[in-house]
Amino acid sequence: MEHETTAELNQQADMQDEQYRPSERQLERERFRRARKRRNSWIATLCTLASLVAAVAAVVASPGWDRLHSRFLDGAEFRRTFSAVLDGFWLNVRMFLIAEVLILVLGLLIALVRVTRSPGLQPLRVAATLYVDVFRGVPTLLLVFLVGFGLPALQLQGTPSQPWVLGVIALVLSYTAYVGEVLRAGLNSVHPAQRNAARALGLSESQTLRRVILPQAVRNVLPPLLNDFIALQKDTALVAVLGPLEALRVAQIKADYDFNYTPYLAAAVLFIAVTIPLTRYADRLQSRGAQRTWAEAGQ
Amino acid sequence: MSEPPLRIRGLRKAYGSRLVLRSIDLDVAEHQVVCLIGGSGSGKSTLLRCVDLLDVVDDGTVHLGGTELTDPRLDASLARRQISIVFQAYNLFPHLSVLDNITLAPRQVHKVPRRQAEETARELLARLGLADKAQDYPDRLSGGQQQRAAIARALATDPQVLLFDEITSALDPELVGEVLDVVADLKERGLTILMATHEMGFARHAADRICFLEDGVIREQGSAEQVLTDPRHESTRRFLSRVLER
Ligand SMILES: Nc1ncnc2c1ncn2[C@@H]1O[C@H](COP(=O)(O)OP(=O)(O)O)[C@@H](O)[C@H]1O
Ligand SMILES: [Mg+2]
Repeated sequence: MEHETTAELNQQADMQDEQYRPSERQLERERFRRARKRRNSWIATLCTLASLVAAVAAVVASPGWDRLHSRFLDGAEFRRTFSAVLDGFWLNVRMFLIAEVLILVLGLLIALVRVTRSPGLQPLRVAATLYVDVFRGVPTLLLVFLVGFGLPALQLQGTPSQPWVLGVIALVLSYTAYVGEVLRAGLNSVHPAQRNAARALGLSESQTLRRVILPQAVRNVLPPLLNDFIALQKDTALVAVLGPLEALRVAQIKADYDFNYTPYLAAAVLFIAVTIPLTRYADRLQSRGAQRTWAEAGQ
Repeated sequence: MSEPPLRIRGLRKAYGSRLVLRSIDLDVAEHQVVCLIGGSGSGKSTLLRCVDLLDVVDDGTVHLGGTELTDPRLDASLARRQISIVFQAYNLFPHLSVLDNITLAPRQVHKVPRRQAEETARELLARLGLADKAQDYPDRLSGGQQQRAAIARALATDPQVLLFDEITSALDPELVGEVLDVVADLKERGLTILMATHEMGFARHAADRICFLEDGVIREQGSAEQVLTDPRHESTRRFLSRVLER
């Protein structure tokens, strides 16, 4: 109510009543809810335990278990090779970080080119569309081969020759196409009225984009964006085919040496250790986004 | 008439440390229209949401006929079948035609056959002056038409009690009338309605009772005539002078 004074509102906000005692009915209700919650968590725990026991029993009872155990789950081998695989994994992390920054910048450019309508940019728009069509269609592993072996074969001045750099280029080419499309969907998801509102306030086209459209666009597509980055983090292992000593390549070398495949497990553990926190973070963002959408719905 | 369809006792609701409803006692008798008035933020929407179990109450009880809705043992979606709520923002489903919006709950929840559900829906639409809009999508309708469609959707499940939350607040002034006419018609037909509203003129001639909500309690209630022309409570008088001076 616009006529309401601040003092009145404050008084409302501070409404308290010290005399309040929960009614017998409410106490009974809370007891029931607590009991139900306890029962549900018991059921959840029991079901989880039962499934776990069943799964372990099935694996251990299988005929190949002894071989599997000595070949893949060799504790001594794990400890012996883990630090070498970890060193290799550090290269995966660096490739990931460098590629991620490049992908975000280039993906945003692609998205912007594709959503603008100005006629002068038509050639760029066609090029961007073509790029996305081609590079989303080519399997990432194939792209790693093509760039890794094809680019050096061109013998152009200044092309990088280090395999990991070539690998990063291939990943950037592939993932920029995906991320560009995700960002484009985000830009399109912002209601046109928002742009009108910003322009009506006198913001320029680029200020409107930076201050109003883009923040909402990114917010809308954060979960799928994170999803793509989790996939990218794993796909840095594809660069192994070019030979740089990243986690998978190191594990491969160690495994070939004595036909004990435990180092692969070490590499897998490292990848999981990074992707699980990322996944949980993406989940959290998603549920927060959902709550915000509900709040905006106003009911 | 034994028990009132809707009986609220000692209802309490807080959001975090913000106490919104302290202790609400309210009855809605059969075939009655009860209007809730009160300042913005006084908790009218919260009260209606609590009655429809869209929010969990912190204390107190809500009875619908002989059933305690606030009983945690009760299946909320089962209990809600007897109550319909209409919101300020219509909340029609944009991906469904008007007809499909109306038949969704009868068909999915109440398992009414499609033919019969559509027949009922068309009757409702005709009654609310939307006969030619059945196949249109909500975004093709004016605000008043959307709100009437939302009311038709609420009526389609034949509820015992209707809850309206400021259903005319989002409408252009010249569209308010067409929606209020619908409500007046529902009253004529003997439906039981609890509605939050700012339309004092409407409340005066349509409400059997007016309840003034303030500080988390019903500060004053009585016949429309009494509350609007001769309020007992000083704060009711102040509230009314604020809204009526416009
Ligand atoms: N989901 C919520 N979380 C926190 N506070 C809420 C929520 N819903 C409503 N409120 C607060 O409760 C108070 C009453 O809101 P509401 O019932 O919408 O009032 P009214 O409908 O009378 O305008 C307001 O101060 C509002 O800020
Ligand atoms: Mg409200």
